[in-house]
Amino acid sequence: MLDIPLWKRVLILGVVVIGLIWAMPNMFYGRVEAHNDAVAAAEKAGFATEEQEAAIDLWPDWLPSGLVNLGLDLRGGAHLLAEVHVEDVYKSRMDSLWPELRRALAEEREVIGAVRRVEGPEDQLHVEIENPDQMARAVEIARGLASPIVTLSGAGQSDLDITASGNTLIVQLSDAEKAATDTRTIQQSLEIVRRRVDEVGTREPTIQRQGSDRILIQVPGIGSAAELKELIGTTAQLTFNPVIGRGTDPDARAGIGNIVLPSQNEEGVYYTVEEAPVVTGEELTDASPSFDQNGQPAVDFRFNPSGARKFGAYTAENIGQPFAIVLDNEVISAPVIRDAITTGSGQISGSMDVAESTQLAVLLRAGALPAELTFLEERTIGPELGQDSIDAGKLASIVAIVGVVAYVVASYGIFGVFASVAVIMNVVLLLALMSAIGATLTLPGIAGIVLTVGTAVDANVIIFERIREELRKGKRVVSAVDTGFREAMSAIIDANVTTFIAGLVMFFLGSGPVKGFAVTLTIGLATSVFTAIYFTRLLIVVWLERRRPKELVL
Amino acid sequence: MAFRLKLVPDETNINFFRWQRYTFGLSAVLMVISVILLLTMGLNFGIDFRGGTTIRTESSTAFDVADYRAALTEVEGIGDVSITEVFDPTYGEDRHVAQVRIGATDDTEAMTPEQIDAVEAALTEIDPNVKFVAVESVGPKVSSELIKTAVYAILAASAGILLYIWLRFEWQFAVGGVVAIIHDVLLTMGIFSALQMRFDLSTIAALLTILGYSINDTVVVFDRLRENLVRYKTMPLIEVMNLTVNETLSRTLMTALTTAIALLALFILGGDVIRGFVFAMLWGVVVGTYSSIYVAKNIVLWLGVKRDWSKPDPDKLPDQFTEAP
Repeated sequence: MLDIPLWKRVLILGVVVIGLIWAMPNMFYGRVEAHNDAVAAAEKAGFATEEQEAAIDLWPDWLPSGLVNLGLDLRGGAHLLAEVHVEDVYKSRMDSLWPELRRALAEEREVIGAVRRVEGPEDQLHVEIENPDQMARAVEIARGLASPIVTLSGAGQSDLDITASGNTLIVQLSDAEKAATDTRTIQQSLEIVRRRVDEVGTREPTIQRQGSDRILIQVPGIGSAAELKELIGTTAQLTFNPVIGRGTDPDARAGIGNIVLPSQNEEGVYYTVEEAPVVTGEELTDASPSFDQNGQPAVDFRFNPSGARKFGAYTAENIGQPFAIVLDNEVISAPVIRDAITTGSGQISGSMDVAESTQLAVLLRAGALPAELTFLEERTIGPELGQDSIDAGKLASIVAIVGVVAYVVASYGIFGVFASVAVIMNVVLLLALMSAIGATLTLPGIAGIVLTVGTAVDANVIIFERIREELRKGKRVVSAVDTGFREAMSAIIDANVTTFIAGLVMFFLGSGPVKGFAVTLTIGLATSVFTAIYFTRLLIVVWLERRRPKELVL
Repeated sequence: MAFRLKLVPDETNINFFRWQRYTFGLSAVLMVISVILLLTMGLNFGIDFRGGTTIRTESSTAFDVADYRAALTEVEGIGDVSITEVFDPTYGEDRHVAQVRIGATDDTEAMTPEQIDAVEAALTEIDPNVKFVAVESVGPKVSSELIKTAVYAILAASAGILLYIWLRFEWQFAVGGVVAIIHDVLLTMGIFSALQMRFDLSTIAALLTILGYSINDTVVVFDRLRENLVRYKTMPLIEVMNLTVNETLSRTLMTALTTAIALLALFILGGDVIRGFVFAMLWGVVVGTYSSIYVAKNIVLWLGVKRDWSKPDPDKLPDQFTEAP
């Protein structure tokens, strides 16, 4: 037990050294952050300005540059929790289905008689027909408009639920389609929000789906939540423009009324397009992944009536010509028109796989927010308050460490020194791990670190107290230390596992401060077990080997 | 002879259970008082759990809370307002901080930007130097969900811990441990109610930590108890317990003190934003240490525990052996 093999010693010291190296960038937070930001900006732009070069030089490339992410409460920024009104989409789907259904029913006017839309719930389409006895035929026609669902869970089901009640035909989205629509709506909202937030170009924002219909948006460095709301409220530009030419020169002469736009997924390709769009994204009602007549992945899209009219007229005149789908000044696709598209819906096909078609559908829909957002929670933390908290937290942590070290050394002498080195190492490892996995440090997180410092000593205290007992029984030093470590093991493990359970629960159920605290607490537990058991033992063993003490005062 | 700081002499022989009736009685009384406090005075829920808006203002000039309140009564369409001045020993002369809390009016959403603008404008009018360093707004829809998840978190953590102790020890220990947790959580909520301290999401984090700390402490003592139960098979349970507490007393106090030192540093120097949170944890260290000695073990003492681990329980012998010819 007390002769630790060489490879183990190397391994333990290796972990410690790696920990020190990984944690180091946090000592030079400002410089490393400037370096990282400049690198990211330069990569995005493809070149570096002089200022960025200078910032990049602040930190050598070969050193690790991972930093502990500072939470909004420490850095300042805005936090929003938005609810997506997914039901909005059901209504617009029904509204856009009505003209289509009316046309289909009108073709059999002799049989069915006159039809008209009547009041119904927002997410349903209620249609009255003149000859109720022909309801079966009407239902059949309506069924003709339904299409099978493409998603995995809903495969084999139809997207429309059609029922009849008296002389009223009721059409609504099937449950499977509703679920698929919800997912699409959230995905699309996320994509749009992300695009809009990225516009401001602040540091790594957090944009996540939360629960079934919520989006969490956290943007460090932004002035206020109100500003962020405004930003999200603006519409991303989706347009359909006629293509004039395609080339590789970004500075090509475009001619009056034309502009040169880069292609989104083809490197170095630029399109010259007419500046005035044929149709804009506001007129697009839906886009979804599908398959074309050859079974190749494609994207179906649908315009509202005015968009459909304009698009129909344009496509009729330009068969064989390409048109560009432009999103935020980038050409995301430039398909060739094969047929006049007069129905208001069309299909984009070409060389793409299913993942790409799904992505394109998302991008197409990314024009306008598909559903209304309401903001359930918003928080703005000013940068001054954040800086105050960092300063206070730093000071408190240092005082805490000094206090604990003084107390432990006074209690256990040289062993106290070992325990203190282990505790400081524990904080280093904690920071290193957090930097490596990009975890976020919050104000409660700092409290978590301080608590870890307090309790990390616990494992050592358990061990030392055991050694004391063994010494009191008159055992020799080496055997007392050996027994002390062995006997303390089960208590340390039990104690840590129970706290770990509490930490995990906090992490998975908690949000905000609870989660921030749980992150440091659980990581701190893992590192403290390592430092208390392996690192302290190594220090003590080396000390015993060097000094070979006949007696030990503990 | 080297100097050693020792809080507890090497050999102690304190009879902890001499006062068990009083200590346990005291715990019971305190728990009842906490429940009564929670039912009558309730908790001073922060916006996390009640919905509403808090605005933290900071100004270089001194202000009067009454002026702030007067200015805000002019603002239309906002809920009830409460204003507190924040004091912190680390603040300089020219730092005046206030916390303005505005009740929720809408039943789902956070405050509108217009309302916040109006509030900020009203305050800027009476004090041009005022800065709004933090604005937080939580809609009632979310806040009620936050309460629910907070309660779930505490229950789930307790259940997980209960299960683990049950698997590692005996069910009596698990019951003892969980009663100790309930004791600690109740007493902490009780003091929050008595002092009407703000109870929000970070308080829940503190409660969960107390839970973890307390059980940590309890488990270490249980671990030694289990060991002693095997070692001293014939000693009466109460004496084994006494011995165990004496043996672990030094460690218990040492750990409690190091944690307390670290937390005290944070309490005094960590700034007013987390003071409530740290207070809860400090309180938890005290209560948790107490409960692992006087509550958890008393429960185990009451329930009794199987003593002889070397022989299988005769009642539980498998049938094929007892009925074998």
